[in-house]
Amino acid sequence: MDSVVANILNGLSWGMLLFLISVGLTVVFGVMGILNFAHGSLFMLGSYFALQFVRWVGSFWIGLLLGPVIVAFLAILIERFLIRPIYSRDTSLQLLLTFGVMLILDDGVRLIWGSAYHVVNPPQILSGTIAIFSGTYPVYRVFLVIAGPLVGVALWAFFTMTRWGKTLRAAAMDRRMAEIIGVRAPLLFTLVFAFGAWIAALGGVLAAPHQSVGPAMGEHIIIESFIVVVIGGMGSFPGAFVGALILGLMNAFGATMLPDLQMAMPYILLAIILLARPRGILGEEL
Amino acid sequence: MRSYKNLFLWFFLLAALASVPFLLPVYWIMILTEILVMSMFAMSFNLLFGYTGLLSFGQAGFFGTGGYLAVLTLLHGSTSIWVALVAGVLGSGLIALIIGWLCVRRDEIYFAILTLGFGMMLFTIAHNWRSVTGGSDGLGNFSVPEVDFLGVVLTLADPKIFYFFVLIIVLLGTWLLSRIVNSPFGLLLKAARENSNRIAFIGANVRSLRLFAFVIAGALAGASGVLFAMFNRIASPEMLHWSFSGKVILMTLLGGSGVFFGPAVGAAIFFVLEHIITSFTTNWMIFLGIILVLLVLLFPSGVLGSLLETWGRIRKGHKL
Repeated sequence: MDSVVANILNGLSWGMLLFLISVGLTVVFGVMGILNFAHGSLFMLGSYFALQFVRWVGSFWIGLLLGPVIVAFLAILIERFLIRPIYSRDTSLQLLLTFGVMLILDDGVRLIWGSAYHVVNPPQILSGTIAIFSGTYPVYRVFLVIAGPLVGVALWAFFTMTRWGKTLRAAAMDRRMAEIIGVRAPLLFTLVFAFGAWIAALGGVLAAPHQSVGPAMGEHIIIESFIVVVIGGMGSFPGAFVGALILGLMNAFGATMLPDLQMAMPYILLAIILLARPRGILGEEL
Repeated sequence: MRSYKNLFLWFFLLAALASVPFLLPVYWIMILTEILVMSMFAMSFNLLFGYTGLLSFGQAGFFGTGGYLAVLTLLHGSTSIWVALVAGVLGSGLIALIIGWLCVRRDEIYFAILTLGFGMMLFTIAHNWRSVTGGSDGLGNFSVPEVDFLGVVLTLADPKIFYFFVLIIVLLGTWLLSRIVNSPFGLLLKAARENSNRIAFIGANVRSLRLFAFVIAGALAGASGVLFAMFNRIASPEMLHWSFSGKVILMTLLGGSGVFFGPAVGAAIFFVLEHIITSFTTNWMIFLGIILVLLVLLFPSGVLGSLLETWGRIRKGHKL
């Protein structure tokens, strides 16, 4: 019983981080048609900023507040100067450009912070463990499990209830029509890209106390989040949520029940979804 | 007229490549061997990317599969390089058939993600299946095979002999690729790249066209992997990692994906750049990234592609 609860909590907390990175990926793809390879690196930058702010001012919360904003500004520069010139070009070239950005960011991090792994402690109020049934469990993971859905609900409310969110969805549905009725698409694209980066970096800051912070974390998570968005359905917001939960839970249960197969399981799932439902669980008709 | 010129070009290239071992020191022979191996790998990738319009991020998976299968054959089966080579090529072709069958269902970005995913699945197998693959240490410790050439037994441990061995295999692979690209089938591939709906309308099966290209590319990637593993005396999981696929993509773009020999030129430039840049910094990836970004933004047709375009404009008498 204890191990089942622990597995569920582990799966949910990892799933929540996956959701935070996948949602930006899928929104950027839905609106701009760009699959951002460097998205995992933006997540990683969030973690490094968490580390740096803890070093500078000793506060995790300031990192949580400022880290994602800095990453979002960096994303604005990337969109404005690198991605904007190639919107009309082949999708393969767009993918390769973001791949190049990823190489630069990943190695840039190595240059600044070194290639060693770092540990970020959770803030005072979220450290320690709590008793669940007869076992104990880290408070920070419980916090993640609660924070994830809150962020999800906030995003959902933003997309369905605010004018900005509706404009975004309109542009994702039909960019030309949105432009005709007066949406300034270039500005919107920049903001969407920055927004995706902000959420990814938010996930990165939240991930810092959950795992060790190192230069390979970006390329590790980007593959899993690619799988999440394909499983859930490219461009689908609820799809990213469902896909992230499935992958997170599968990771946690796989690690204890089928340790030999655990690392191959996401790919097997990917193959099954591809054969049975190519558009993804909640994806739109192809 | 044109074919005579081509023949002359081929002859010149062959003569140059064949005379190299007698002119250069061993160090450069080895670098040239590596360039040849990666050239074949990059050209096989370009059958998918440049000619079929499919960006695969998983070619390293087949490259590594070929390498591992060859080393496994040498360790547990036969000591013949030919058996190992055939095992590597057939094995990676078969894996490419299975993975390709899944991946050609989607194209563009989806294809890139799927190949990336399944390539990493192969990496995971090589990395985690310790009892067979040796895990992260890789698989080495095999005795370098000998080849029986017209009754003369030669050892591949000699860099010069190994160079000629690689040269012959790479030439065969290149010849096969050029035959495919210039055949009616190659024309169909290019047409499907431009407009897959139209090709479907005239009655061709786009999926099987793409699958066939995928299997050929996978098998040749496997052959390159066999040579690479022989060259390094080890098959290691890094050979299957997606960053290795990224390297090959970069070589192809560097030389030019629109030209048949573009990827080979790209491979050569890549190694020269790597030698220069790693001599003063360990952060070579950041330079790779900058080069890739500049290529995509400013020179999407690559070095050889841009040169040929310029040459074409000069010949037509246009201003530069």
